[in-house]
Amino acid sequence: MKKDYTYAVARIRSRELSLLSRKDIDNLIGAKSYDDCLQYLYDKGFGDDGQDSDVSALLAAERKKLWSLMAELTDDLSPFDVFRYADDFHNLKVSVKAVTRDINPDGMFMQNGTVSGEKIYEAIKAHNYKLLPEHLQKSAQQAMTTLLQTGDGQLCDVIIDTDCLNSIYKKANETDSEVIKLYAELTVAAADIKTAVRCEKTGKSLDFIFSALAPCESVNITLLAKAAAKSIEDIYGYLSTTSYSSAVDALKTSPSAFEKWCDDKLIDSIKPQKSEPFTIGPLAAYIIARENEIKAVRLILSAKLNDLDSDAVNERLRDMYV
Amino acid sequence: MDNLGIIFGLIGAALATFMAGTGSAIGVGRAGVAASGVLAEDPSKFGKVLIFQLLPATQGIYGLLVAFLILSNIGVLGGDPNISAAKGLLYLAASLPIAFSGLFSAIYQGNCSVAGIGTISKRPDQFGKTILLPAMVETYAILALLISMLAVFNIPGLNL
Repeated sequence: MKKDYTYAVARIRSRELSLLSRKDIDNLIGAKSYDDCLQYLYDKGFGDDGQDSDVSALLAAERKKLWSLMAELTDDLSPFDVFRYADDFHNLKVSVKAVTRDINPDGMFMQNGTVSGEKIYEAIKAHNYKLLPEHLQKSAQQAMTTLLQTGDGQLCDVIIDTDCLNSIYKKANETDSEVIKLYAELTVAAADIKTAVRCEKTGKSLDFIFSALAPCESVNITLLAKAAAKSIEDIYGYLSTTSYSSAVDALKTSPSAFEKWCDDKLIDSIKPQKSEPFTIGPLAAYIIARENEIKAVRLILSAKLNDLDSDAVNERLRDMYV
Repeated sequence: MDNLGIIFGLIGAALATFMAGTGSAIGVGRAGVAASGVLAEDPSKFGKVLIFQLLPATQGIYGLLVAFLILSNIGVLGGDPNISAAKGLLYLAASLPIAFSGLFSAIYQGNCSVAGIGTISKRPDQFGKTILLPAMVETYAILALLISMLAVFNIPGLNL
């Protein structure tokens, strides 16, 4: 039987009122100082009782609140695993490097994965990969073997990052939510395009490029890898034949402009969820919107701390969901 | 069987109550779930969401009204219980508009109310406009009620 999300969606509708709007973002950019920004965010309910003055702690608290809310709204968080796999694979990367280099990973783990970073670390340390969730097992084994045999950190990262994208894509396609599928499609395609551009700039071989790309429906990785092995113009040429043709201009501008294009496309695509009352879509859209908001706040606070001018911030700011 | 008329009439009354009531229960229940979600975040909206929740309740009342009139006409609530099988079947047919229209309109009105509750949770100032949308669904339940009642009122005058 299809799960009914009526109650959860009704609560999310009320929560959407407290998402930061474009006006709030403009107020934050216009704030005189970092402390004024923080005060504005505390007034909007950010942080735990206004105690966090550090950007990372403040935003980590917000992400924790987001996932606590989701756990409260639904008894099964597994449909949202696609949003949590990035934390899992980050923690796997930290664990693999901490074990092979014999360093203490405390404070380096992300907190909102499907399994705690400490558990991943313990499993990697014991070389007992069966203790890990299924989506991490193969990746952990391959990454450890590669790092121990070759000492090549970059190759290890490529293995974990590609498996992360594959896991997100696979998990998303197990759900019946169009929003989650769209999120996975855009995430994987954007990552592939960024990887292709980076590989072209660093002159990587066709085999390496191909191994670093994750398959998805909207991008043909064989053609993209071949284009990346030739020149940046070939990448632009290939992309102009896909649904990412309008991203070419952004790519030509800068990597951050392309990231903004991807995020804006995603936010634009999830906006119809504002009028959907029964499905998981609005919950997934809220998670994406909240992550987008956290990204925007991080950018503004970092700019305030480093005295960057507001034009530079505005250039990089994503569209907001509300 | 001599009692076929009253049996058919009673089946009609039961259908009107059961189907329209079931639709209302589903619609009110669904809207109630959404209303609870909004109240968990903002209890001050109780009055507004309650009205949305109650909108699909009317079909159940319409079904009850038609059933009451049928029971009264076939003599179950007093009077002459000797009605012909043909008249009994006519009462059964008369109950069908409110039975089916009540069932489906209440469910869809409930869905519409859920969407309306979502809207007023974000835009409480749009209550007046938003309430009109699920209220539109009511039209079809009222049309069905009208036909069922006209039929039930006029069946006793037929020479069958």
